[in-house]
Amino acid sequence: MLRTFSIIGNPNSGKTTVFNALTGLKQKVGNYPGVTVEKKEGKFILPNGDVANLVDLPGTYSLTAFSPDEKIATDVLLNHINSSSKFEAILCVVDASNIERNLFLLSQIIDLNIPCVVVLNMVDVALKSGITIDEDKLSKQLGVPVVKTIAQSKLGIDKLKETLQNHIFPSKNLRKWKIDSVLQKEHSEISQILQKNNLDESSAFHEATQLLSMPTEELLIHPWLTVDLIKIIRKKHEKLDFLEIDRGSAFINSRYDWIKLVCDISVKKKFTEIKNLSDKVDRILTHKFFGFIFFFGIMTFMFQIMFSWVTIPMNWINLFFNFLGTEISKILPSGQIESLVVDGIIGGVGAVISFLPQIVFLFLFLGILEDSGYMARAAFIMDKVMSKVGLHGKSFIPLLSSFACAIPGIMATRTIENEKDRITTMMIAPLMSCSARIPVYTLMIGAFIPNNSIFGIISLPALILVSLYMLGLLAALVFGFIFKKTLLKGATPLFLIELPQYKMPSLRTLFQIMWERSIIFLKRAGTFILAVSIVLWFLASYPKIENANPSEQLEKSFAGKIGKFIEPSIAPLGFDWKIGIGLVTSILQREVFVSTMGTIYNIEDDSNSSLGEKMRTEINQQTGKPSFSILTAICLLVYYVLAMQCLSTIAVMKRETNGWKWPAIQFSYMTLLAYFVTFLVYRIGVLI
Amino acid sequence: MSDKKLKNIFTLDLLNIDESGIVTQISHDSNSTRQRLLEMGLTIGTKVQVIRFAPLGDPIEISLRGYRLSLRKNEAHGILIQKD
Repeated sequence: MLRTFSIIGNPNSGKTTVFNALTGLKQKVGNYPGVTVEKKEGKFILPNGDVANLVDLPGTYSLTAFSPDEKIATDVLLNHINSSSKFEAILCVVDASNIERNLFLLSQIIDLNIPCVVVLNMVDVALKSGITIDEDKLSKQLGVPVVKTIAQSKLGIDKLKETLQNHIFPSKNLRKWKIDSVLQKEHSEISQILQKNNLDESSAFHEATQLLSMPTEELLIHPWLTVDLIKIIRKKHEKLDFLEIDRGSAFINSRYDWIKLVCDISVKKKFTEIKNLSDKVDRILTHKFFGFIFFFGIMTFMFQIMFSWVTIPMNWINLFFNFLGTEISKILPSGQIESLVVDGIIGGVGAVISFLPQIVFLFLFLGILEDSGYMARAAFIMDKVMSKVGLHGKSFIPLLSSFACAIPGIMATRTIENEKDRITTMMIAPLMSCSARIPVYTLMIGAFIPNNSIFGIISLPALILVSLYMLGLLAALVFGFIFKKTLLKGATPLFLIELPQYKMPSLRTLFQIMWERSIIFLKRAGTFILAVSIVLWFLASYPKIENANPSEQLEKSFAGKIGKFIEPSIAPLGFDWKIGIGLVTSILQREVFVSTMGTIYNIEDDSNSSLGEKMRTEINQQTGKPSFSILTAICLLVYYVLAMQCLSTIAVMKRETNGWKWPAIQFSYMTLLAYFVTFLVYRIGVLI
Repeated sequence: MSDKKLKNIFTLDLLNIDESGIVTQISHDSNSTRQRLLEMGLTIGTKVQVIRFAPLGDPIEISLRGYRLSLRKNEAHGILIQKD
């Protein structure tokens, strides 16, 4: 029998850790039908052998729905009774060390009369802060089962599964908090009218609360209120406002009053107000001076590692593909099939796969920053800088994730409540150097930038790499400013973020991230890049010219003709027709540039030297000089920092902004920007 | 309320590091701002303490209900505190 559960919780409550502890690697990511939010599902086995499906809901502080993420969580819960994705109970993850605020969400869920199990997580952290919770008393107060867990070390997970298997969820309403007496009459009247309009008791209760708290003018833009209902509710608003009752606050205050009662009975605090380890760490990490040193230090450290240690496994992969190519040439009869397999497929796909270690490392690194709690500090430190450009510290996290990939970055903007800020952040996110640019960066830097070191410690290639990232960041800030001043003018929104206690990142979570990303990357290499490589091999090998040497053959091929065709438009940037082929093929996906070069240069030159070497040593037959200068390489790098070459990003932009307007603007401004800046760099470079 | 008590009321952004007090009023005009602050636990009667300022002076980190929240000075300006 398949059973379905759902999981919800505040941000930082350890919801993802609980989800991973339950489901392990049996997860799949999809979308909610009709909406754009990512839907994560996993499976686990109950003690009696039943399979259970677990649906992950976005982290949220409340069901009032300020941001798109919260709106999804709220919609799913409100519709769960009628919707197809019905679940029998919801697991509400509560951070034991921060129980009061976490119980706020729980009180809203209980209102909706959804069967519920409290997962009291991080009890170890709570204990260290002097908080002990009696779960039996808590369970009795709340009226729902409570299971203590330390999800990071899988403690309590078996007990949780048992509870899910055995507990019979009562259908009676468990709501215990009391509405303030001054609002009670108005609330129950609205609730009753709504029930006559076919809402069930608990939804009507929730809606009545929302309708009474909202500003009067928002009633007019409410999605489903009838004119008569608006009239009735407006009258109630007027009456309460006349009595000077703060409608918006009254319900929240009452909930917290109830929470206080619950905690007084079930939570024991030893009030030592200890300056714990987290605080000591923060003294340094958010220090006026050392805070920034650490921030920039850790970024440089990341790039340094990416360019030193991580290149070792990359070389292994390269060696492997070279070996594979040579062995296959021995087996296959020399000819077109051999060329297709060795040059087209192994040359193209292999060139891209060798970047897997760098991409996995980048996601590992960002995962550590996120899971340890440092990401929130980065927003805290950088908020002032971001506010200068009219943006929000919260925009910083999506931008930082865009270093991995603009797609999760753009999706991470859902936590930004203000629509204009959200779009601004999405518009500039693809300027942050994503992992798909790494193959291009590494190839060009490796081939053309001498491996000298500056001051004996920082290597020149690493420094160039950092500069490329900085260039993207700078462009992002400048354009963020421009967008906020022009197309997306608006007030500065709230900056309210929680600074969670630092913790050791969970190995399981990190492993999960690396696993997920590797699969996605390899899938792309195995499908899209494979297909492009085969098509490109064909374009670069046909039509066949009699008695031509490989270079002439390439020049006369279809691909050569395409490259020659666009050469006049890219010549001002210092690019020749071979780069032109790469620019054309990589419009859909940046790393295709590397597989393109891999295929082209393999067809031309079948020696065993690396792609970088082949590019560096190539001689232009007309001029007799090397085809690539350091300047060409730098221009190409600058172009790749700024240009928008990613079909997936365009698709996500369209989905997230609900139309073609913003992706179109984004594609145009980034392409123009890339063209002009590269042009400038080339012109200045030629003069020097 | 006596004069002495009234004098002891500050907006949250004026508190120094390690100073604490009780929330007496949220005076933001925007309904959604007020609601959000309340939902995060800044209800009237809640004890808050200023922990630190960000390296560039803004935002502020405060402690309430056993957790840490960061907010900008102009947001803190709409929160009235009766200092301990």
